[in-house]
Amino acid sequence: MSELDDLRAPIDPQQEAEALVDKGVPAGGEAFETGSQFKLILQTFLENKLAVVGLGLVLAAVIFCFLGPHFYHTNQVTTTYNINLPPGKGHPLGTDQNGYDVLGRLMVGGQSSLEIGFSVAIIATLFGVAWGAVAGFLGGIVDTVMMRIVDAFLAIPTLLLLIYLASVFHPTLKLLIIVIAGVSWLSPARLVRGEALSLRVRDYVKAVRVMGGGSRRIVARHIVPNAIGTIVVNATFQVADAILVMAVLSYLGLGLPPPAANWGGMLSDGVNYVYAGYWWLIYPAGFAIILTVVAFNLIGDAIRDSLEVRLQRR
Amino acid sequence: MTAYLIRRVFQSIVVLIGVSIIGFILEHLLPGGPAKAMLGNRATPLAIKTFNHANGFDKPLVTQYLVYMGHLLQGNLGYSYKLNQPVSQILAREVPKSVLLVGSALILSVIIAIPVGVFQAVRRNGIVDYAATSISFLLYSMPSFWLGLILIIAFAVNTHIFPAQAPQGSTIGQIIAHPSGLVLPVATLTLVSFASFSRYMRSSAIEALAQDWIRTAKAKGLSQRAILFKHMLRNALIPIATLVGLSLPSLITAGVVVESVFNFPGTGLDFVTAATTEDFALLLGIIILVGVLTVVGNLLADIAYAVLDPRVRYK
Repeated sequence: MSELDDLRAPIDPQQEAEALVDKGVPAGGEAFETGSQFKLILQTFLENKLAVVGLGLVLAAVIFCFLGPHFYHTNQVTTTYNINLPPGKGHPLGTDQNGYDVLGRLMVGGQSSLEIGFSVAIIATLFGVAWGAVAGFLGGIVDTVMMRIVDAFLAIPTLLLLIYLASVFHPTLKLLIIVIAGVSWLSPARLVRGEALSLRVRDYVKAVRVMGGGSRRIVARHIVPNAIGTIVVNATFQVADAILVMAVLSYLGLGLPPPAANWGGMLSDGVNYVYAGYWWLIYPAGFAIILTVVAFNLIGDAIRDSLEVRLQRR
Repeated sequence: MTAYLIRRVFQSIVVLIGVSIIGFILEHLLPGGPAKAMLGNRATPLAIKTFNHANGFDKPLVTQYLVYMGHLLQGNLGYSYKLNQPVSQILAREVPKSVLLVGSALILSVIIAIPVGVFQAVRRNGIVDYAATSISFLLYSMPSFWLGLILIIAFAVNTHIFPAQAPQGSTIGQIIAHPSGLVLPVATLTLVSFASFSRYMRSSAIEALAQDWIRTAKAKGLSQRAILFKHMLRNALIPIATLVGLSLPSLITAGVVVESVFNFPGTGLDFVTAATTEDFALLLGIIILVGVLTVVGNLLADIAYAVLDPRVRYK
């Protein structure tokens, strides 16, 4: 039985050759790039200083938001009379109109911004990848119908759809994540479908089919793994976009209701004090958003560049 | 070319039907359905039932969709009970003002992005290239409302150079009459779209510079100026035609945000107000309009591409 399984296992020439190289066996004639593709990608990624900066910023943001509150204790629950205090002793970044410490609020608010960013990226990517891979792999009429659906949704700007949905369903954190993911799966679907179209005619996919591999196996084991680069790059941008879109929704007053904090909501409150010159209600939250979004965009760009390098060296 | 056009137009019609289906679904997503969109959130069940019967909303969904589609084709986008006007009438009044805002920002950003992108491509990896790339990267990662706020703080609150609020008025003439109020909203929107245009222009120019005909032109001994403007620029501009069409949704999105930051009396501000007052008929009307605009914009961009670049036609 196990022998049969071995025989049925699909043979990916590249993986096979790499396995040999890893064992120190020369893969005949022209040698493959030494080291796995992953290593090569990682190497190129780490050589890119901006990428390392981006990664550092993301880690810093995660540590700041999730570990910060354990070391910097603030009252983010009950309102006080110490409202709109400028930065000073006890409040490094001042307090807001409810008397909450701004630095502490940045940490708490960042948690929901990051949670939304990551969850949206994961849900949207999983759904989009499945949609695109199936459409691209099956082709024909199924592909046409599935992609026209994507086109129709793409014609309506994400933010408008979100504003509508947010005004129909009064948002909770989970609902917002689902709704934002529900309008964000379109670009991964398109990208993966494009990849699937080109991958499904490759020799190794044909080989799997000849050996009796089913469609599900081809999609899950060959098409998706080979499109993983594009998928990861897109997912990184998804995180950035979700954080931005959440900020805009909160700014427009359609985000999470008051007790919950997030960076966009903090800005939305701060706007009322622009004329009073309370800069600490505008700049910290703004810079937090920009730094996080820049970080994810840098990482996405860098991964894309390293994938291109991989393709060039092939 | 004709075959390409026919196929492309047919595709757009299919997508437009898709957009109308989405609009139909969105209307029915409301707890209470279209009746709630029309009568508002506090409509009594009896009023909803009467309304549904009177307007045929108790018929099968397919019939309802066909009726809905018929209304759309006649330009009937529903009735806003909040503003007590047909949605199409509201839009006819508001859209030109938004077109003024978004259109001038679009033109300005393209005019700025082209020379900047070309310069970056020619002096690749120079100081200007790095600076421009960083600036556009930063602008790209910035929430547009925050950029607007910063401009307000810098130019309205601290220095009083420009007013913080857009000119108020119900006609386009009243808006143009106060151009100083337009500066900050247009500048915000221009910066936002410049960020993506300059990135594309740069890579498009780099690609064009690497082509054989540029080498040929150099070999012929043409001047740098002739090569850049006669040979490179014309080819590098082709993708920009598509980009302008494709960027319509994001421009409109940014327009919505900018309009609410500067209280600009246009469609975007209406949209946000409609969302907070739960004026679903107006929301849906604007969504359908933007959807149609986007599809038509993409179609025009593709046609422009095919006209400008003969290689596309034979694919």
